[in-house]
Amino acid sequence: MLIPHPLLGPRDAQEFTYLGDASLIARPDGTAAGAEEAFFEYTYLRDNPAGTHRELWFHEAGDRSWLVVTRNTLTHEILDAQLASDLALAMCPEARE
Amino acid sequence: MRYSGLRVVVEALTGHKGWKPLWRNPEPQSSYDFVIVGGGGHGLATAYYLAKTFREKRIAVLEKGWLGSGNIGRNTTIIRSNYLLPGNEPFYEFSMKLWEGLEQEFNFNAMVSQRGILNLFHSDAQRDAFRRRGNAMLLAGADAKLLDRDAVRRMYPFLNFGNARFPIKGGLLQPRAGTARHDGVAWGYARGADALGVDILQNCEVTGFKIEAGKVTGVETTRGPIAAKKVGVSVAGSSSRVMEKAGMRLPIESHVIQAFVSEGLKLTIDGVLTFGAGHFYISQSDKGGLVFGGDLDGYNTYAQRGNLPVVEDVAESGMAIMPVIGRARVLRNWGGIMDMTMDGSPIIDRTHIDSLYFNGGWCYGGFKATPASGYAFAHLLATDAPHPTANAYRLDRFARGYLIDEKGAGAQPNLH
Repeated sequence: MLIPHPLLGPRDAQEFTYLGDASLIARPDGTAAGAEEAFFEYTYLRDNPAGTHRELWFHEAGDRSWLVVTRNTLTHEILDAQLASDLALAMCPEARE
Repeated sequence: MRYSGLRVVVEALTGHKGWKPLWRNPEPQSSYDFVIVGGGGHGLATAYYLAKTFREKRIAVLEKGWLGSGNIGRNTTIIRSNYLLPGNEPFYEFSMKLWEGLEQEFNFNAMVSQRGILNLFHSDAQRDAFRRRGNAMLLAGADAKLLDRDAVRRMYPFLNFGNARFPIKGGLLQPRAGTARHDGVAWGYARGADALGVDILQNCEVTGFKIEAGKVTGVETTRGPIAAKKVGVSVAGSSSRVMEKAGMRLPIESHVIQAFVSEGLKLTIDGVLTFGAGHFYISQSDKGGLVFGGDLDGYNTYAQRGNLPVVEDVAESGMAIMPVIGRARVLRNWGGIMDMTMDGSPIIDRTHIDSLYFNGGWCYGGFKATPASGYAFAHLLATDAPHPTANAYRLDRFARGYLIDEKGAGAQPNLH
């Protein structure tokens, strides 16, 4: 598989380490009500879809950036790759300020 | 029809006209007492033990493709019970004991061959860990023998004992472990179940569950609706996809693992051998092919094929312990979809929906577990209580913190 790195162009998937579902970016608030249940779901439960899957890849043997890669789990076709930091900042606008 | 040596002689003399198909191909009935979703090794074994041991009637096995088309036909055929943790080892030893009597039990040649498995170790620390594992195995009634370097050398003189990075210091041997003919296991259980009246329904994909007031009352299939008093799901790599139809999210990711077979060679390895410093395991089939495999590819997938980096990694691991393999040519490689749980151990449990039961999360260790998994799942379906050797395989263990993490890798399925 070739991963289209947004800064470095197409890179061999072998340079990357896989973490899992991109929802892992959204870590629950440990002080909120129901945190125990939220952390159980965050840590252990996965959608594990057959088809389009957004997932975290770490460019360990490259620029050490985290990417969110959109990939079809039935065909291994890679549809999109973005810097995870961009997505995390978009999810949490106050962090940008 | 009962198979025997006499039967083979009689058939040979009469032109082999008396052999019958191993199972019927019945039309689905409108209702059953037990519906098992998944016609692989575990599903067929479950139906077999439900009918045979627990004397249940009106059982159907629903298979989306053809019988045994998933991981039962894609594994590297190894059977063993060399686990460490108390939640696991008694279960796998129970499975090993069932393997030992399996062929007599279902009157079918599954080619169970107790040729021994040798796990190599490469450092003093690893020797300590293997000694501990061996002791855990002995405590659970299994067999284990710690071999030093010379004893390993007597067994396999061609190994790379002087490897600079991973010198072979010895190995943990389980003499009762070995291999079995994977397809034969599926066929044997299918034939045995069919003879006891189980309907095996192929090309019958479950498309949904009928759930009324928190209780499952049947399944929707591509061959029409089927009512059921109890439904057991045993679908390996498709676990998340099927249970999602019942509104459940599982602690499971689906990953691919690849396996390889070489051209047929003269006898090279008479047992099963594993590399302790990487993920590599190898045995030789009765046809002479070296059967070997390695790590998961490491990303979520439902494609029954992997990618080349793992092929290279497996080849390198093989070369590290037995350079002799470098002269063999790979004939075929393939992949199977593993239902990897968050602690690397399986689940055999009820669900929060009444009468709906789940058996899955076998990771890449499902084949050796086939008899015990079927037996324990049948026990759960028939009696509503977990089998004594499988009572740690609860679905809620993740929420309670009672993980069975053999490798200590944490909630990271591609590291198990």
